[in-house]
This record gives sequence, structure tokens and C-alpha cells, in this order.
Amino acid sequence: MVQYSGGPLDVSFAVLSDATRRGVLEQLGRADASITDLAEKFRMTLTGMKKHVGVLEQAGLVTTEKVGRVRTCKLGPRRLQEEAAWIERYRQLWDARFDELDKVVEELKRKEKVDGRKKRE
Amino acid sequence: MDARRESEVAPMKNRTTVERKSERELVVTRTFNGPARLVFEAWTKPELFRQWWVPKSMGMSLLSCEMDVRVGGRYRLEFAHGDSRSAFFGTYKEVTPHSRLVWTNEESDEGSVTTVTFAGNGGKTLLVMHELYPSKEALDAAGTGAADAMGETFEQLDELLVTLGTSVGRS
Repeated sequence: MVQYSGGPLDVSFAVLSDATRRGVLEQLGRADASITDLAEKFRMTLTGMKKHVGVLEQAGLVTTEKVGRVRTCKLGPRRLQEEAAWIERYRQLWDARFDELDKVVEELKRKEKVDGRKKRE
Repeated sequence: MDARRESEVAPMKNRTTVERKSERELVVTRTFNGPARLVFEAWTKPELFRQWWVPKSMGMSLLSCEMDVRVGGRYRLEFAHGDSRSAFFGTYKEVTPHSRLVWTNEESDEGSVTTVTFAGNGGKTLLVMHELYPSKEALDAAGTGAADAMGETFEQLDELLVTLGTSVGRS
């Protein structure tokens, strides 16, 4: 596996200096694909494509997921970051709601306690 | 007065998690420090529901809230956001007291089906809300809608937090 000692720019530069890897990123920008698909498209051996995908994955530019016997590749971080940001916004909405719900539940508990005391008296 | 009571009683805040289970499904979870019976009540009595569904940070106000919580019963919430008005409405499909609620959302053909389960455990309740959308696009749009609703008020919230942050030391 390729090793990097520099910062993120160096990583990207080294990764993207290869025409096949740039092509794979362009391809995945259009649609997710299996390693087999990519190998066929770029007329490479499966092993060769696995190496390229491994480099892209290590750089965080691509993520892969194995379902059954097929390993599917998709674009990495930027998409993941967007997804994470999207989820976080949604989470904040519900978190704000649930903070208010906490107060309602606390109030109900408090009332119940008071009512229970009254009943016992 | 309130602050004092809360600092004595309020336990640590529980975390809300959101996970996108698939392109069309979203799952929100949170534990509440109260029995399922009470959490369920807060979801099914309109006078309680309206106290929490539209937090101030949403920048909206709830104009009305009608809920007929039984199978086949309908709900309708009306909001004001600046000069614009909107409504959120649909039908309850399942109502199992203290444990499960299912409702549809019918503002458009792209409405979701929401399932909320309440699992009591030692005086606490684990709430799991599952939303199923008819398409990936519909779910994407729902998230973006939430962002729009929250977005502009986040800055105000940040300011508030800074203000609060300066007074945290005293408790």
C-alpha cells in the first residue's frame, strides 16, 4: 500500500496523480459501482483495480461496502460529510423538541407525586 | 426559582440519536427520565403535545393542535412562521396505550409513516421513532425542511448559549 508522510494536500495529490484513479472518481460521481464493474470499464485486472480502490479508500475519497460477494464503491468524505451535516441538522431539531418534552415529563412526574401525596393524606 | 428547582431535580440530559437506516428510513432515539405511561401521555394529549412539539428554536409558533388519538382518528397542527402558514396533518393507524403509536402524514403524496415505540425500564423510557418515506427524495427533502426550519435560528441559539455559558459556573 502507498504510504504518505505529508499533509492532506500531499495525499490528494499523490492519489490523484494517477489517471485511472481520477477516472474512477469521475465514474463514481455518476453512479456507485462494484470493483468488477470498474475493472471492466478501465480494462484492468480485478487485482489492479482493488489496489487503486484501496488507495482511494485509504485517502477517504472512496468508501466501499461488501454486500454478499460484491464490493460496491461510492464517493467518500464529501458525500459523507454532507450526509453527516444533514443528519446533525435533523438531530438538532429533535433534540430541541425532546428537551422540551423532558420538561413536560418532569412536570407530569411532579404532579403525580403531589397527587399521590394528596390521596394518601 | 425554576432554575433552582431544575438544578436540584434535573438529571443529566439524555442524548438524541438519529440514524438513517436506509434511503427511505430514519430512526430517532432518546431516553426519557419518566415512565412510559407519562411519556405516552405527552405524545397523545394535545394540551401537553403542544408544549414541546414546536421548540422556540424552530422560530415557528403553533396556532392550533387537534388530535383524535384512536385508530382512524385524525390530527391536525397549524403553524405560523413569519407571515406564512402551514399545516401538518394525517391519521392514526395504531394506538397501543403506553407502548406504540403509528400515524401517517398526509400533506402530500410523499408523506411519511411514523412509528413511535415507548419501552419502559426502571422508571425510564426508551423512545424510538421510526419514519418511513415513500422515496429517498422525500426523506432528503424532509431533512432539508428541518434544516430550513432550524437554520436561521441557530445563530440566535448560539448567542444564547454563549450568554448561558458565562453563567454556568454558578451552579
